[in-house]
Order: sequence, then C-alpha cells, then structure tokens
Amino acid sequence: MMLITCPYCGPRDDAEFSYGNQAHIARPTDPSACSDQEWAEYLYFRDNPKGPFAERWMHAAGCRRWFQVVRDTSSHAILQTYKVGEWPDPAIDPRPKESAS
Amino acid sequence: MAEAGRRRGPTGKPRYSIFALARNALSYHENWQAAWRNPEPKPSYDAIVVGGGGHGLATAYYLASVHGIRNVAVLEKGWIGGGNTGRNTTIIRSNYLWDESAAIYEHALKLWEGLTQELNFNLMFSQRGVITLAHSEHELKEMRRRVEAIRLNGIDTEVLDTAGVKKLVPIINTDQSIRHPVMGGFIQRRGGTARHDAVAWGYARAADDLGVDIIQGCEVTGFLKDGTGAVEGVETTRGTIRSKRIGCVAAGHSAVLAAMAGFRLPIQARPLQALVSEPIKPVIDTVVMSNAVHMYISQSDKGELVLGAGTDSYNSYAQRGSLNIIEHQLAAACELYPIVSRLRVLRTWGGIVDTCPDASPILSATPVDGLYFNCGWGTGGFKATPGSGHVFADLLAKGRPNAIAAPFGLERFQGGYLIDEHGAAGVAH
Repeated sequence: MMLITCPYCGPRDDAEFSYGNQAHIARPTDPSACSDQEWAEYLYFRDNPKGPFAERWMHAAGCRRWFQVVRDTSSHAILQTYKVGEWPDPAIDPRPKESAS
Repeated sequence: MAEAGRRRGPTGKPRYSIFALARNALSYHENWQAAWRNPEPKPSYDAIVVGGGGHGLATAYYLASVHGIRNVAVLEKGWIGGGNTGRNTTIIRSNYLWDESAAIYEHALKLWEGLTQELNFNLMFSQRGVITLAHSEHELKEMRRRVEAIRLNGIDTEVLDTAGVKKLVPIINTDQSIRHPVMGGFIQRRGGTARHDAVAWGYARAADDLGVDIIQGCEVTGFLKDGTGAVEGVETTRGTIRSKRIGCVAAGHSAVLAAMAGFRLPIQARPLQALVSEPIKPVIDTVVMSNAVHMYISQSDKGELVLGAGTDSYNSYAQRGSLNIIEHQLAAACELYPIVSRLRVLRTWGGIVDTCPDASPILSATPVDGLYFNCGWGTGGFKATPGSGHVFADLLAKGRPNAIAAPFGLERFQGGYLIDEHGAAGVAH
C-alpha cells in the first residue's frame, strides 16, 4: 500500500496507478544497427535494484498521464515524483553513474 | 554395519519410520536427533549453492547423491525454507504448453512421485488433482488446444464440462449469470499439493546426511574473481568462502546477486501474495485455479482454505504487496465459492518472485566463468523444486546443460527463442 503523489493530481492510493517499470530508457537511435546482445538488453534486461529505483507510473484512474517516481523497492518509500522530461534530484538519483545524463 | 537397514549416509542418522516414532514416544519425544548439523563454514568447498530454499537444497542434495560431489555448502542468509519455499500455495502440476516446459515440469512431477520415499521424509505429497477453470468460450477453446498439446507430451490432462467441475468441486458456484461464469475447465489428476516446509527440511536432512554443510545466517555480500575473471569464492557475513563452482538459487534476490557479480538478468522482483482462512472442516479435496480472475484455492490438512492471488505490478523486495490485490482475489473467491464469504481471513503474506519476460525459468551459465544461475521461476517455482534441483546439479557438476536445461539458457533472450508460458503460468505478470 503506497500513497503516490501524481505531479498533476496530487497524492492518491497506489491502486489508481499502473506501472511502467524502469524510467529513462532510450530507444536505440538506429535499431537495425544493434547487435543481438544490444537489442536483447533494450528489450528484456532492466535494472532491478533493492533500494532506490527510478521508474515510470501512469495515473490510470485519474489524469491517465505518465510520470516518473524514485521509489525505494525495499521499503516502498516514495522519494520523488516528477514529470516526463524532468530528472531525479541528483542527491537521490539511483541510476548507475554511466547511464545518468 | 549391524544396523545397515536403519542407517544411511556418512553421518548415520537413524531413518524415520513408524518404529522410530513408537520408540521416541516412549521417551516423550525428547531424544530425536537433529535433522541437520549446524556447521561452521569451511574455508573452501568443491561447490557452493547460494540460497537455502527448496531449489537450492535440492541442488545440493542431487550434487551429492547423483554426482558424488559432497564437499558442498548451502549458504542461506536467513533460515532454510524461509523465503518463497515457505510462502507459496504448494501447488504441483506439469500441465504446460510447450515441449521444453513439459520436459522440465514433468521431470519434476515424476521425481515428486517417489520423493517421500527417497528422502525418507513425509512430504505429505497428495495427488488430489489440479483443475483450471475456463470462464469464456474463447478460454475453453484455448484450453482444449492446450490439453491436446499436453497430452502429446504424454502428460495426463482432460477437459471437464461445467457439470464435471461441479461434481469434483461441490462448493463452486456454476450459476451462469455471475461475472466470470464457470464454462468448464481441465484437470491434471496427477497434480496436487505437498507440505512446503517438509520439502526444504527433507532435502536439507538428506543433503546433510551426505555431507553437505547447510550454513544458515550467512549472507553473500560479494563474489571473488581470479585474474581471468572467473569466480573463485564468495564474501559473506561469516567470512570468505572459496569455490570455483558456484550456483545461485536465490529467487527474488537473483538480480541483487547478479549485480554483485557485475551483470544484469532479464528478471524483475515482484510481490506475490496469498492468504489462508480460519480452519474449517473439509470442503474441497482438489486444487482449483482460475487464470481469468487470478485466484486459486485448495484446503490444507489443517483445514485452512489456501488462496493465492495475482502479482502486484511493481518491483519490490519488501515481501508485502498492496491491499487491492487481496480485495480483487477475495471478490473472485466470494463469487466463485459463496461459502468463503462467511469465513475470516487468518493471515495474509507476500513473497518476492523473480519474474522473467517469458514466464519461464533461467538455468544457465553466466558471463562469469564458474558462476551459474537458477532463477526466473517467478510465480510457479514450488512445483518444479525437485526437477529444478536435479537438472541444475547436473549443470553445476558438468559445466554444460543437459537436454532438459538447454532451452532455458540466458542466450535465449539474444536468440529470440523465448518459451512463452504466460498462459500456463497461472498467475499473470
């Protein structure tokens, strides 16, 4: 049970939301140039940390807009919610250093 | 050995039997021998299994019993069987669609059928049948196709009509006006349930008997690699333990271990919840599943109705899920089995399952030489426990997968040879 603050609608029960897994994954700019390994990484391989995780959520029973959340997967604590196009607070940015932009 | 008939293995534990029960009754059950030792970790082993659940303990047992590799440690961060082995709904079946799945799950079911005797531990294995319901014409047609595919693999299944379901499950509501009417189903009569804790304890006792060290309260915190990048041991909360052959069988925490070793897995950790009612007299003597409403029901020998739910949609390691999943599950339970509405919920709980994109497991070598993973069983690992341990032990012992394990390698995600079992997995994820 979580209280998620939609950046557009405010705090709502997690039952109102659907989940979109890891955030900030760029589609390969030239998919046909990808190796099988790179394409598999893009399709199937995701970070799965125990701890803070940047992920996408959609307010399915509200504004139906996608947004992003930094959430601790070991405690369900919501650390930050922010709109698409925005970035996690550098102090809590959970993304691996090489992929952070 | 004068007592050869009563003894087994190097540690010589007495066999469990009705005579042992009677003998120990005379001493008020105060003299039972510990079922396994509690050893200090040795500096090195021939093989290490990380994870002391059913799959890990089975792996260690078969390493020792089939392959003669007895200098083995099972490292468990908590207590054995305390993760998903103790949190599942104990359903066993092998009615999967694809040949690759049929091979591994039927391998497991055949092992289940002789396991109580082999381990000399009462697993309370009960082949009470597993029924899967169809709630629409389409689902029934799809089910007929699946039944034929399963039968072609030599596995017992048959289609049931609504009356056939009602005959086997008198408490079910077959009124066709409900939201998800029962339009039939199919049954695997060799399917059933087993006592989940006993599976961990039985494998632990038998593995310990063959010399395997079961080390509880020992969490792996890192992997040691040699100059070539091959694994040569683990760092743990109880010190460094060396081995050039390590198998990780950590279910929900597989991705955490993979990250320590420096690679990713196509696995997401999700909560899966279940609950039991207060105990009542016997009302259902089979297992009934429903994919459409994500709810399955059976009755434990204590009389509790055991109800499984669907997965929560989000990643978690918290071993709990959201209440709306339980509400959804209980709404379906009350509609399909109206007597359930009169019962109290005794307890609910969650486990963290390792879901894979194709709802099939991973039994594989990894980018790190000497390090193998057995994971991705997701929402349905319990049924596979013996088969999973058996083929993973074979992979660890020989360094290459046998015919059953081969389709379940990590390379299937690069090659596109996915084994899509979302339909047979029983729980959507």
